[in-house]
Amino acid sequence: MTTNTQTVTTGAPAEAPARRRPQLSEGARAERRLGWLLCAPAVIVMLAVCAYPVIYAVWLSLQRYNLELPNAVKFVGLANYGAVLSSPYWWQALWVTVLITIFSVSITLVLGMILALVMYRTLFGRGTVRTAALVPYGIVTVAAAYGWLYAWTPGQGYLSSIFNDSAPLTSQYKAIAVIILAEIWKTTPFMGLLLLAGLSLVPEDLQKAAKVDGATGWQRFWRITVPLMKPAILVALLFRTLDSFRIFDSIFILTQGNNGTESVSILGWDNLFNALNLGIGSAIAILIFICVVIIAAVFIKGFGTAAPGTDIERR
Amino acid sequence: MAAVSTTPRQKLGWGAANIVVIALALIPVLWMVSLSFKTPAAILDPSFIPAQWTWSNYHEILSTTTFTRPLLNSIGIGLIATFISVVLASMAAYAIARLRFPGKALLVGMALLIAMFPIIALVTPLFAIERAVGLFNTWLGLIIPYVAFGLPLGIYTLSAFFREIPWELEKAAKVDGATPFQAFVRVIAPLAAPGMVTTAILVFLACWNEFLLAISLTSTTAARTAPASLAFLSGSSQFTVPTGPIAAAAVVITIPIIIFVLFFQRRIVAGLTSGAVKG
Repeated sequence: MTTNTQTVTTGAPAEAPARRRPQLSEGARAERRLGWLLCAPAVIVMLAVCAYPVIYAVWLSLQRYNLELPNAVKFVGLANYGAVLSSPYWWQALWVTVLITIFSVSITLVLGMILALVMYRTLFGRGTVRTAALVPYGIVTVAAAYGWLYAWTPGQGYLSSIFNDSAPLTSQYKAIAVIILAEIWKTTPFMGLLLLAGLSLVPEDLQKAAKVDGATGWQRFWRITVPLMKPAILVALLFRTLDSFRIFDSIFILTQGNNGTESVSILGWDNLFNALNLGIGSAIAILIFICVVIIAAVFIKGFGTAAPGTDIERR
Repeated sequence: MAAVSTTPRQKLGWGAANIVVIALALIPVLWMVSLSFKTPAAILDPSFIPAQWTWSNYHEILSTTTFTRPLLNSIGIGLIATFISVVLASMAAYAIARLRFPGKALLVGMALLIAMFPIIALVTPLFAIERAVGLFNTWLGLIIPYVAFGLPLGIYTLSAFFREIPWELEKAAKVDGATPFQAFVRVIAPLAAPGMVTTAILVFLACWNEFLLAISLTSTTAARTAPASLAFLSGSSQFTVPTGPIAAAAVVITIPIIIFVLFFQRRIVAGLTSGAVKG
């Protein structure tokens, strides 16, 4: 993969002078038109489904708008945001979401790294391990969540019966632990595969040289493998963190957000579909959007993650 | 790959690790399969293997439209959304990988933003808009957002694949008198087919798995997809907890995934890693 990128970049300067002429040639203009033409349908769909509705959501979030009281719709400015930000439910949901995100992502990173090493090092049965690992990745989250729900139901679940008929889903922190467990099981393979791809970019010669120099396996892992894999690790972490922060499906099935297990997405959904309060629901949705932007910005600026796709721009 | 020499003891260690990985990955799935074969009485027995095996749960869910219709919806909506996403994403990815035009960075940035988008932020406005224009609870009402969320995934995966395609062939075609569009259709598209298949698989898996929009933008089995329908399954009587049927339905929607994974695992792995690692 690296070699290919190099050949492409070395190829580019040769063509560049021709294209830097101030007047665009007929060919360059045709190329430009074709570029826009080919991108237009994708851009239109993405704008129609995302940009316009988000603007509409911002507008909704500034109104008192309850579907049960359709005549009481009124522009209230930032009052909905005030109501959400001063509500203990929002902070509780944010705390739960952050807790789930931090635990599931950090544990998934460690387990994913182990999985990647297992898949990388195995001399036989690599295909079998990879196939097995892909099952949790591919399985429908809701289906998996039902599996966990029944496994932890006292009197019918094998996990509950192993742990003395415990009912973890009825108490807050145990339920959160089950949610985190379900999240880890589902996403470790994805992490493992991304890290495996990063692992295969680490030159084997470097490992051998370090081994000759007397470095232990542990030292080689921390001094060679991890630093070289940093970009792959950060991109995988960014994706996983954002994904985890948006958690909805498994909580919806496992606890419906009861017993203080609401994530921010569940809270937003509840306000929309159970309370039918479009104003408050939209304010929550916009706040979640802002949180996601902050997380992405922290990763890209703070940790120096190259935003996926920036290499495309550079070319 | 694994050129660092290993001793027999290490081999044994990695072998054991393999078995642990396989067991951890499959036990929760096998538990669901076991539940789906349990009789209503045996559901209340926490043992892992059913004492009595029965097909009745499968019979129950596959004989009512409460589940079969959503299954059909899932397949139809998934296939149509995947097809449209891959076609549109291929065009955009070709432009990104091969052409020079202003606004490319903007497009890439937009796709990235949408890939990170919290879907919950779209649920309300889409719910309101779709009810106003009559798309609520229709196939199209789900296909359109699924295409939009399939596009960033498609654009990233495909532009990574397209960059691996040799430039020279396209140039050769142009020298031979082909227009850029002909060069795309005749030369690049056939070379890009493997990448497109991979992308289609990833997009289809994402559509098949989607739950939040599916429960929010549908109200009946007219457009409700299979994962959403799981939450609406009821037992044979109102008072029976439908554990067995739900487990059976969960197994039914898992089977296509297992088959996909078995047939296309190389492609899935290549697709998952192509976009991310180069970032």
